[in-house]
Amino acid sequence: MSDYNFAYLDEQTKRMIRRAILKGLAIPGYQVPFASREMPMPYGWGTGGVQVSAATLTPDDTLKVIDQGADDTTNAVSIRKFFERTAGVATTEETGEADVIQTRHRIPEAALREDQILVYQVPIPEPLRFLEPRETETRKMHALEEYGLMHVKLYEDISQHGAIATSYAYPVKVEGRYVMDPSPIPKFDNPKMEMAAIQLFGAGREQRIYAVPPYTKIVSLDFEDYPFEASKADHACDLCGSEHSYLDEVILDDKGGRMFVCSDTDYCRSRRAEGYVGRLGTENELEASA
Amino acid sequence: MTPLLQVRDIRKTYGSFVGCTDVSFDLYPGEVMGIVGESGSGKSTLLNCLAGHLPPDQGEVVFDTLADGPVDTVTMSEPERRMLSRTDWAFVHQHARDGLRMSVSAGGNIGERLMAVGDRHYGNIRERAVDWLGRVEIKEERVDDRPTAFSGGMQQRLQIARNLVTGPRLVFMDEPTGGLDVSVQARLLDLLRGLVREMGLSAIIVTHDLAVVRLLADRLMVMKDGHVVETGLTDQVLDDPQHAYTQLLVSSVLQV
Repeated sequence: MSDYNFAYLDEQTKRMIRRAILKGLAIPGYQVPFASREMPMPYGWGTGGVQVSAATLTPDDTLKVIDQGADDTTNAVSIRKFFERTAGVATTEETGEADVIQTRHRIPEAALREDQILVYQVPIPEPLRFLEPRETETRKMHALEEYGLMHVKLYEDISQHGAIATSYAYPVKVEGRYVMDPSPIPKFDNPKMEMAAIQLFGAGREQRIYAVPPYTKIVSLDFEDYPFEASKADHACDLCGSEHSYLDEVILDDKGGRMFVCSDTDYCRSRRAEGYVGRLGTENELEASA
Repeated sequence: MTPLLQVRDIRKTYGSFVGCTDVSFDLYPGEVMGIVGESGSGKSTLLNCLAGHLPPDQGEVVFDTLADGPVDTVTMSEPERRMLSRTDWAFVHQHARDGLRMSVSAGGNIGERLMAVGDRHYGNIRERAVDWLGRVEIKEERVDDRPTAFSGGMQQRLQIARNLVTGPRLVFMDEPTGGLDVSVQARLLDLLRGLVREMGLSAIIVTHDLAVVRLLADRLMVMKDGHVVETGLTDQVLDDPQHAYTQLLVSSVLQV
């Protein structure tokens, strides 16, 4: 018997958040204000995502939490423990097993299903913020669909770097209407956003929730002569050999040694379990570590 | 000929204080109108009402749009008015900082209006930005520099380029040469005069500098305490002022 109300938040708060989520789903890409609560973790550690997850979870759900694709980093471990303690829900590291997946900065490599929900942690929900600091003005720009400014940012990228150098939090247009910040996921993940699962975005400090319903059209902004490219490191995973997953670069020593590994730890583990081996992987490492 | 802009009985008050009142005039295509007066005479209030930055308390500002002919811009919907202000209209601020994005390169500043009206081809945008830099006498190699690295005169010229790139038909200018030293002022005026003639622009220029209107404006409107006290052809008003205040204004100009 836990002393917490199910999933920490009181029922009224969860209803309020669910209303915001429903409104967000009804207007894809629109930032719905909500009364963000103080959570027992600092802003910037996923307070928005946690509140959305808390309002979405049911006692029968299985939760997965990832941080930069990994299940075993601080942020992911602490949020998973938080819900184990306050909601008593089952948790998993396997993407296919989860009903609700809370994520920071990645979309899992495995395709998600219609009965799954992906919850993003969002630091700054307003894609126009760094170009236009006034909230009154950015709201007006969204309302009137004045998105020329977003292309000014991409123009600046090309003029300075010769290509669109924005590599994460790459702005997208949702269903031909709202321009949306997909949270700081790598632009490699942008094409995956047209998916079967529901995508919910929570920004705790900025008090905004937005959502993308299943199979919604998501277009990454670009120029005719500089089209969008989903980029990743030009390597294969050194552990599982995958050539189609997003990679982290790991520095091994002071002599320039480095390796590339899948940022999605569950994807990498499941591939190695199936017998794939990369450049630095070993045949029996799973048994060795077990 | 239909006037490009018909202003009827504009009034704007701030509480009990009158910003400007009873202002009516017509502006024809290709015509440049100067509005002069001392600080606090209501000329900037008037300009902001005309350009849609301030809602007037009463009156009409009828603009001859390309699509629908004469339309009252005070009562038109906000999206339409904002569309006008980035296509057919331009606004040159006194302080270039108010009219430029200081954290965006010169090329990006010029390109913004093009992108706002739907241009999505980087090469084209870049080409037109470079072309316009040339027309306002800024070297091509500075296209990727930020305006913070520009001198005051260059910033002002950049602001003009940024405004004129979409080929507006009506330009509002609020003290375009204020705060610049005289030789830079002269160059800027020269440039403005060239552009106005070459592009056949109509313009409304607010200034307290009589030399500026003498050079640029065809017609002149003198304001005092929110009222228009005298109107006429520029040379006529400046050479033969009728109203006491205009006489004072003209005689106050320092002779070097």
